Amino acid sequence: MSTESNYYVPEQSRLPIMAATGMGVMAYGAGSWVQGSSAMVFLAGVLIMVFTLYTWFSTVIKENMAGMNSDQLKRSYVWGMSWFIFSEVMFFACFFGALWYVRVLVLPWLGGEGGFASNTLLWEGFEPAWPLMTTPDMVANGEAAQFKGPDQNMSFPGWDKLFSWLPLWNTVVLMTSSVTVHMAHTALKNHNRTKFNAWLGLTVLLGAIFLVLQVEEYIHAYQHMGLTLESGIYGTTFFMLTGFHGAHVTMGTIMLLIQFLRGLKGHFTHDDAFGFEAASWYWHFVDVVWVGLFIFVYVLA
Amino acid sequence: MAHGPAKGIGRWLFTTNHKDIGTMYLWFSFAMFLLGGFFAMVIRAELFQPGMQIIRPEFFNQMTTMHGLVMVFGAIMPAFVGLANWLIPMMIGAPDMALPRMNNLSFWILPFAFALLASTLFMEGGAPNFGWTFYAPLSTTYAPSTVNYFIFGVHIMGASSIMGSINIIATVLNMRAPGMTLMKMPMFVWTWLITAFLLIAVMPVLAGAVTMMLMDINFGTSFFDAAGGGDPVLFQHVFWFFGHPEVYIIILPAFGVISHIIPTFSRKPLFGYSSMVYATASIAFLSFIVWAHHMFMVGMPIGGELYFMYATMLIAVPTAAKVFNWVSTMFRGSLTYETPMLFAIAFVILFTIGGFTGLMLAIAPSDVQYHDSYFVVAHFHYVMVAGAVFSGTAAVYYWLPKWCGRMYNETMGKVQFWISFIGFNITFFPQHFLGLAGMPRRYADYALQFSDWNMISSIGAFIYGASQLLFMFNVIRTIKAGTPVSEPKTWEGAEGLEWTVATPAPYHTFSTPPEVK
Repeated sequence: MSTESNYYVPEQSRLPIMAATGMGVMAYGAGSWVQGSSAMVFLAGVLIMVFTLYTWFSTVIKENMAGMNSDQLKRSYVWGMSWFIFSEVMFFACFFGALWYVRVLVLPWLGGEGGFASNTLLWEGFEPAWPLMTTPDMVANGEAAQFKGPDQNMSFPGWDKLFSWLPLWNTVVLMTSSVTVHMAHTALKNHNRTKFNAWLGLTVLLGAIFLVLQVEEYIHAYQHMGLTLESGIYGTTFFMLTGFHGAHVTMGTIMLLIQFLRGLKGHFTHDDAFGFEAASWYWHFVDVVWVGLFIFVYVLA
Repeated sequence: MAHGPAKGIGRWLFTTNHKDIGTMYLWFSFAMFLLGGFFAMVIRAELFQPGMQIIRPEFFNQMTTMHGLVMVFGAIMPAFVGLANWLIPMMIGAPDMALPRMNNLSFWILPFAFALLASTLFMEGGAPNFGWTFYAPLSTTYAPSTVNYFIFGVHIMGASSIMGSINIIATVLNMRAPGMTLMKMPMFVWTWLITAFLLIAVMPVLAGAVTMMLMDINFGTSFFDAAGGGDPVLFQHVFWFFGHPEVYIIILPAFGVISHIIPTFSRKPLFGYSSMVYATASIAFLSFIVWAHHMFMVGMPIGGELYFMYATMLIAVPTAAKVFNWVSTMFRGSLTYETPMLFAIAFVILFTIGGFTGLMLAIAPSDVQYHDSYFVVAHFHYVMVAGAVFSGTAAVYYWLPKWCGRMYNETMGKVQFWISFIGFNITFFPQHFLGLAGMPRRYADYALQFSDWNMISSIGAFIYGASQLLFMFNVIRTIKAGTPVSEPKTWEGAEGLEWTVATPAPYHTFSTPPEVK
């Protein structure tokens, strides 16, 4: 319930219509780009979006530093960020759900379980397995198959190769970064700006290291493992899940980097650091998603 | 704080005012309603007689697809977001929405998204033609190339919905006037709080579904292709995990509207307020665990069919509680039958019919007969049109005097109601018979034995369509030249904070929160 006697409604603003234009141009540009036209329209939309968001966020920051934000508005921002993260949770739930459905139901059914005749009528001799190295297409069409399974997969390689297994190191990096961002928050609450900057900087660095390792993993998959986006449902789910996660880590790293730069400029106080806190919640969220990925995409495979 | 509306077009482009944004949502929704209605008229004109008369079958498919998409995402959803924008701050005693700039962004995305979608009609390959449910592989392997614009249009439209919902939740949870506890909130606010939660939960899943399509079409993934180990049925699961809550996203705010109008014209408080709240929450919860009842014919295991059948039937319980409460509110009330009340009563009756046919469809063994037939078309138009659209129309008549300080023409309103009511039933009641007799939905042509009912249905559709023009005329006439009204309460029996402010509602209301006892 409201506890304020008065409430601040912002003046008219050009930012929303600019953002909507940016999104519209991006949507049209992306649609024509995937169909083979040039990417210029899409990039123009991205430029509009980046400019608008930069202006928008700096406006909000200036308003807050000018003391225009009441406690109530700050609570609205907290609600907004929390529900945004919830929407992101549901987005990942969609892809995890697809992975679960394929592994637990689709592949056994394609293999004939439950009295389905698809493995005798359509994909004769298909054997369900996970990771799916031999697609139904390969079983039925051999070399002419459109969907060829990967040569190798990303699953747990055995205890003897544990320490050369990249996903393990990715997990270590990301888990550590969740701790360091928390340390930064604690430092800020204790009025220790030097430590805050140091821990936050370290978090950004760990985020970047994670991304480098991820790129490394992708290059290795494409060049040496025959594992691509087109490698049947295993490649599909692997790259889509880890890829969207990577995109979110990129977003989170940029968000934290901006908070780091703001910290260097002297923004934030021990009791007013919503920008940083929101970014750190987002960071914990991508971390939790990674734990899910590590378990369901890498370990239990 | 700005004191009054800015001059010129800038007022609308740059506004942060919830009333301006609500107005834009409502007009946008009505424009889309006319566009989607035009598509429906094309469909009914073609189906007036068997054989192909007016359009090609390929174009017919585009019409059914675009009609569904435009009506669901362009007309009905924005209509209720518009009502939410206008009413929620006034109903809870807040000065505006919690995040006013994001509010304007949510609206302005929509014209871009629907311009993109509508422009596909003029592109090579034509508009989406795979049905509004866009099942793979129709929407992937066999889709026109414009499907990519459809996909990105859905993406930004989903972003708009998510931002709008975040705004509504933040407003309701954070900005209620002192003393307004959750269980004192007006029903419309309650239904929208729950609807917003549903939207945030399922819009990302829709985004996931169209992303999978995008990847399958352009980047060689095999989500929906069994050759690579995927499954076309996966699409249906993901889609309906979004799609079933989506139908409650559409109908719950309609329930909220009806829960305001019936008490007003019965001159009695709403019967069973708390049971209404719990029923709404139960429906929302159940909506997440029943999605595969749309898929009884895809070859699910029998255990799945049984589970989804029984779970679906459970929804009848909270829904029946609502209908019971509306009827009990009217029981021994001193009823009058102004236009909003006529629409509300028609809503209760016709929505109940649509609910019962839903119950029939929920029975998996019977669904073998009804599935993908005109019976389904009749069912969901009884809940979408007589449900959502009737309640939206009722809401406009009910709150229009508060919005613009002028009274609509009651006679014209009643005439419009009766034409709508009769036209609607002539259109959709015969479709039950067509479906039971075996006429499949989404077909451009049909066997001769379906001719009579199809012709009657088309005549009804033209009547219903004409009645919407009368509605538009009445609303515009009211705004331009309606009888001015100035008392805060337009309706004698109306309750709630929105009826305590001046009429027409000032540009800014409740800059100082009222005390709710």
